[in-house]
Amino acid sequence: MHRIARRGLAVLTTALVVASGAACGRGSSNSTSASVPGVTDTEIVIGTHQPLTGPAAAGYSKISAASKAYFEYVNGNGGVNGRKITYKVMDDGYNPANTQQVVRQLVLQDKVFAILNGLGTPTHTGVLDFLNTNKVPDLFVASGSLSWNQPGKYPYTFGYNPDYTIEGKIIANYLKANFADQKVCVFGQHDDFGADGLKGVQAVLGASGVTHSETYDVTNTNVAPAIGALKAAGCQVTISFSVPGFTALALGTAARVGFKTQWVVSNVGADYATLSGLLKAAGTPLLEGMLSTSYLPAVDDTANPWISLFRKLNEQYNNSAPFDGNVEYGFSVGYLFVQALKAAGKNLTRQGIVQTVEKGGFTGPGIAPFRYSKTDHSGYGGLQMAKVQGGKQLLFGPVYVTDDATGPVQESSPTQQAPPDKGIPA
Amino acid sequence: MRRSTLLRHLGITALAALILFVLTYVLDPFRDYQLATAAAYLCAAAGLTVLTGLNGQLSLGHGALMAIGAYAVALSQNRFSAHGVTALWTLPVSLAAGVVTATVCGAVIGVAAARLRGPYLAGLTLVVAIAVPAMATVFGGVFHGDQGLSVWLPPVPAALGENFPFEQWQAWLALTAALLTMLLLANLIRSRFGRTLRAVRDNEVAARLAGISVARTQVLAFVVSAACAGLGGGMFAVLAQSVSPSAFTLTLSLNLLLAVVVGGLGSLAGAVWGSLLLVLLPYWTDALVGRLVLSPALHQRLAGNLPLAIFGLLLIVVMIAAPGGIQGLLNRAGRWVRGRRPGRPARRAEPFAQEAEPPAPAASRT
Repeated sequence: MHRIARRGLAVLTTALVVASGAACGRGSSNSTSASVPGVTDTEIVIGTHQPLTGPAAAGYSKISAASKAYFEYVNGNGGVNGRKITYKVMDDGYNPANTQQVVRQLVLQDKVFAILNGLGTPTHTGVLDFLNTNKVPDLFVASGSLSWNQPGKYPYTFGYNPDYTIEGKIIANYLKANFADQKVCVFGQHDDFGADGLKGVQAVLGASGVTHSETYDVTNTNVAPAIGALKAAGCQVTISFSVPGFTALALGTAARVGFKTQWVVSNVGADYATLSGLLKAAGTPLLEGMLSTSYLPAVDDTANPWISLFRKLNEQYNNSAPFDGNVEYGFSVGYLFVQALKAAGKNLTRQGIVQTVEKGGFTGPGIAPFRYSKTDHSGYGGLQMAKVQGGKQLLFGPVYVTDDATGPVQESSPTQQAPPDKGIPA
Repeated sequence: MRRSTLLRHLGITALAALILFVLTYVLDPFRDYQLATAAAYLCAAAGLTVLTGLNGQLSLGHGALMAIGAYAVALSQNRFSAHGVTALWTLPVSLAAGVVTATVCGAVIGVAAARLRGPYLAGLTLVVAIAVPAMATVFGGVFHGDQGLSVWLPPVPAALGENFPFEQWQAWLALTAALLTMLLLANLIRSRFGRTLRAVRDNEVAARLAGISVARTQVLAFVVSAACAGLGGGMFAVLAQSVSPSAFTLTLSLNLLLAVVVGGLGSLAGAVWGSLLLVLLPYWTDALVGRLVLSPALHQRLAGNLPLAIFGLLLIVVMIAAPGGIQGLLNRAGRWVRGRRPGRPARRAEPFAQEAEPPAPAASRT
C-alpha cells in the first residue's frame, strides 16, 4: 500500500514542481496583450544571439554593445514613434546548439518583435526554419552566407554583410588585375563561410586559378598543418576567409614556420584593432601590408563624418570603448534598424517591417548599396579594398559591385551620404 | 507475480501519460519545449542510471551515444525528405534507426569494455565521448562538420488544427519516448535480468559462482543503456531541428552523470529529478544573473559558467550530505512520515539502502 502511496507522492511532487515552474514562468513572462508580440505603445523588444564567449568572441562581443549604445541614444531622443527600443542580447558562444535554446527563449518566452543581427553562419543556419515558421522578422543577419538570401523559402530573413561569394569575386578580380601570374591559395573556415568564399574566388579565377586551398575548424585551434600545406604549395597570395581569432592564428603560425605570402583577409576577420589586440607586439610587423575588404568607412578615416559621429556616440553611450571595426559595425546595424523602424511607421507589425525592408532605399554609412528587394534579401552588394600601411588600415581604389552568380565585377561610385541631423534617421 | 508487475507499470504509465497530456495544454509553448527537453534527457538519463547505479559501470561517454542516435535520425530524416516522403511514419522509423545505430555502437563499446573496471572503463568511455563528435568534422562530407545538419521534420498532423503549437507537438513526441523508455526499464529492473545486474554489481565473484555470465551481463547492460541514449539523442535532433558536434560535447556526458547522481543513482525516479534539474538549473541561474545588476564583463563571465559552478557545488553537497540524491531524500522523508504513524516498520528498502543510510536490520533487498 505504501508503495502506491510513494509512487503517488512522486507523481504528485513532479506535477507540483512543473506546475510551480510554469506558474513562475507565467508570472515573469511579459504578457503584452497587444496583438503584435514585442510591441507596446512605449516599447519595442528585440533580441539577438551573439558569441559573447567562446572561440569567436574576439571582437564580435563588442558589436551588440555598440548597437545597444545607439539605441540608448535614440531612446534618449524620444525613441521611434514614441517607443523605446529594448535590445536583449543572449550569448550562444558560437555554438549552434546554444543558439537553438536562446533563440527559442527569445521568441517563445521573451516574445520579441524581431531578431536583429544574429551572428554567425553555422549558428544562425540552425534557427532559420524555426524563425520563419514562427513568422519572426529575422533582420540583418551578421554573416555573408547565401542562406539568408532565399526569399521563397525564408521570407522573413534578411542579410546584412556582403555575401561571401561577392567578396570572393571582388578579391579575385582585384588579384587578377594586380597580382597576375602569382600563385593564389585560399584558407577558409570549414563551413558555408569558407565554401562560399572559395566559390566566389573560383568564379573569377577559375578552378585552376586557385593553386591550393585549406580549411580550419573553429573547434580546433591547431592551424599549423594547414599553414604548412600552404607553404609547401608555394602560395604567393593567400586569401583568408576567417574570423579574427583564426586570422591571428594563421598570421602568427605563418610567421612561425617562415611562410611569407601576401595575405588578403575577408572583412569578417580583418579588423586591424582586433587583430593587433590578439597579436599584441607581433601585430605591428605581421599586419603591415595586409590587404582586406570593407563596406563601411575605415575606422582610421578621421575625416569621415560618420566616423566622427560614431566616435562621439561611442564616448557618450558606450563607455568610451576602444573604437574599432566591430564597434562601427554595431552602430551601423543599429542605424539601419532604426531607419527601417521609422519607415515602417507608427502602426508597427511583423509583416509591415518585412515589407519595409523589401522596399529598400536605405542609405547610411555603407559605401556600397543595399540589394534589398522583393526577390533579393541579401545585404550590401559591394566592397572596397583596404590596406594596412604604417599601422593604419585605410580604404583605397574604387568600390566594386557584383552579384552572387556569374555577373561581372564592376566599378561603382561610393553611395555614402552625409549623416542626417543629430545622427538619427529622419 | 510477473504479470502484476507489468500491469502495475502499465497502469502507472497510463496515469502519468494522462497527467502529462493535460500538462502540455496548461503550459505555454516555451514551457512545453522545456518539458520536451527534459523528457529527451530522461531517455538517456534513465539508461545511464540503470547502467551506473544498478550495474556499477561508470560511463562518461553517453553524450557520444546520444550524438550517434541524433545524427542517425538526422541523416534518415533528410534522406526521406530528399526522396519526397513526407508522411508522419518517417519519424518513428528514423527514431528506430537512431536507436538501432546507437545499440550497435553500444554493443561494440560494451564488448571492448567488458574486461575493464572502474577508472579504466571510465577512461575508455571518456575517449569515446571526445572522439565520436570529432568524427563529424573528419567525415565532413557526410556530417557537414561544425555547422552540422538541419533535420527535416514532418509538420504537425493537420487533424490537430492550424494553430497547434509546434512545441506542444514536440513535447508529445518526447514524452511518448520518455514514457516508453521508463516503462521498459522499470520492467527490466523488476525482472530476472535486473536481479542479475545487481548481483554483478555487488559481488562479481559471487555472481560468477552463482552461474551468471558476468561479461554477458555487462555487455547487455551497456547495450540497453546505449539504446536509451540513442533514443534520447534522436529526440534531441527532433527538438532542436538540427544536429551539430557542439551539441554533444563532453559536458553533455558529464551533465548526464551529474543529473543521475544528484537525482538519485540507481532509481528511475531519480533520473526524472535529474533530467528536470538539467533543464531548469541553467534557466534559473540565467534568471538569477539577469536580475543582478552587474558590469558587462562580469555578467558575461557569469552567464556562461554559473550553471556549471552550481551543478558542481550541488554534486559535492549531495555526495557529502545525501548520497542517495534527491530520490534518497524523498525516500527518507517518506519513511520518516510513515515511521511517525503507529504500524509496522517498512517492509522494503530502496535499491541503494547500503549507501543511503546505515544498515537497517529490517531492510530487505529487492
